[in-house]
Amino acid sequence: MVKRIFAIVFILIIGFWMAKALDQVPFGQDRMLVGKYYLEHVKEETGAVNAVTAVVVNYRGFDTLGEVTVLFIASTGVAALLWRKKRKRTAKTEGSVVLTTGARLLLPFIMLFGVYIFIHGHLTPGGGFPGGATIATAFLFLYLAFTVYEVDHKIFEPLEGLAGVGYVTVGLIGLAIGGYFLFDWIWQTWGIGKENIGRLLSAGFIPIIYTLIGIKVGTELTGIVDNMIKEPEEGGQ
Amino acid sequence: MNPYYFASIALILIGLYAILAKRNVLKMLVGLSIMETGVNLLLISVGYVSGRSAPILSEGITPDRAVDPIPQALVLTAIVIGVATTAMALSVVINLYEKYKTLNVEEIRRLRG
Repeated sequence: MVKRIFAIVFILIIGFWMAKALDQVPFGQDRMLVGKYYLEHVKEETGAVNAVTAVVVNYRGFDTLGEVTVLFIASTGVAALLWRKKRKRTAKTEGSVVLTTGARLLLPFIMLFGVYIFIHGHLTPGGGFPGGATIATAFLFLYLAFTVYEVDHKIFEPLEGLAGVGYVTVGLIGLAIGGYFLFDWIWQTWGIGKENIGRLLSAGFIPIIYTLIGIKVGTELTGIVDNMIKEPEEGGQ
Repeated sequence: MNPYYFASIALILIGLYAILAKRNVLKMLVGLSIMETGVNLLLISVGYVSGRSAPILSEGITPDRAVDPIPQALVLTAIVIGVATTAMALSVVINLYEKYKTLNVEEIRRLRG
């Protein structure tokens, strides 16, 4: 009880400070500095219509490489923390008819939707991370519906590695052509798609990198699901 | 006070309360996620400009009619890192439960002692 009262007093003090600080920040006012530059130059510099995607993949692509690395380390960490000698699926009851039929029927459509989200990252809200999460949802569906289902690790793990290597390779080609890592060589040097800004074939390497990120995030999240859903066998720690 | 600021501060404080007062580790993790949502909402609402639309420059949206794209890009990063840390924390919790057969932090502390 003392602990609760102490916690309430503590959060009230913190809340008062935050409210005081945010009182100085007027809501809805235009105070863009770098954002204005990005918005005005995004079309001719990157070819992307979606400014958020252009900032994430093009202007701050190196940052996103670090983000992908964090996700990779997390999925490796989950695998390392949950590692046991013998682990397998222990679920005993099959999913209901609705779940199994739904999983079978919806699987291709969920995958297609995920691919749509990450291919159109430079045109619509979305991109590699939500697209990859959507694809992982399709596999989660299969895991929930069938007691024996398991993804093919011989395909998934190399695919994840190849996607990561592909991202670095795109960056290194930029280093060789333009002089800095993650230089947008497809847009700036080759100028592919200059005339159709706002359509699918534009925005330089953004669709390519987002496809790689989508594959990587999808396989990594599926790996996390796979690691969490498997349990050690009885008595076999 | 602005409703968006109020909601984000409220979410942050609710999450903080769960972390401080709850004894179940899973509930503390839920609190952490709620706090994260509050921080994301705060970042997005600081970047909002009245009367402007999302920074997607198609269908008549010119650069002076779009909101700041940078907080949104930051929040995109923050969400992904949040997923990664939540997954790590959950696997630590699975290990804790296997070892101590309880999720109550106070009991775990006593058992370690």
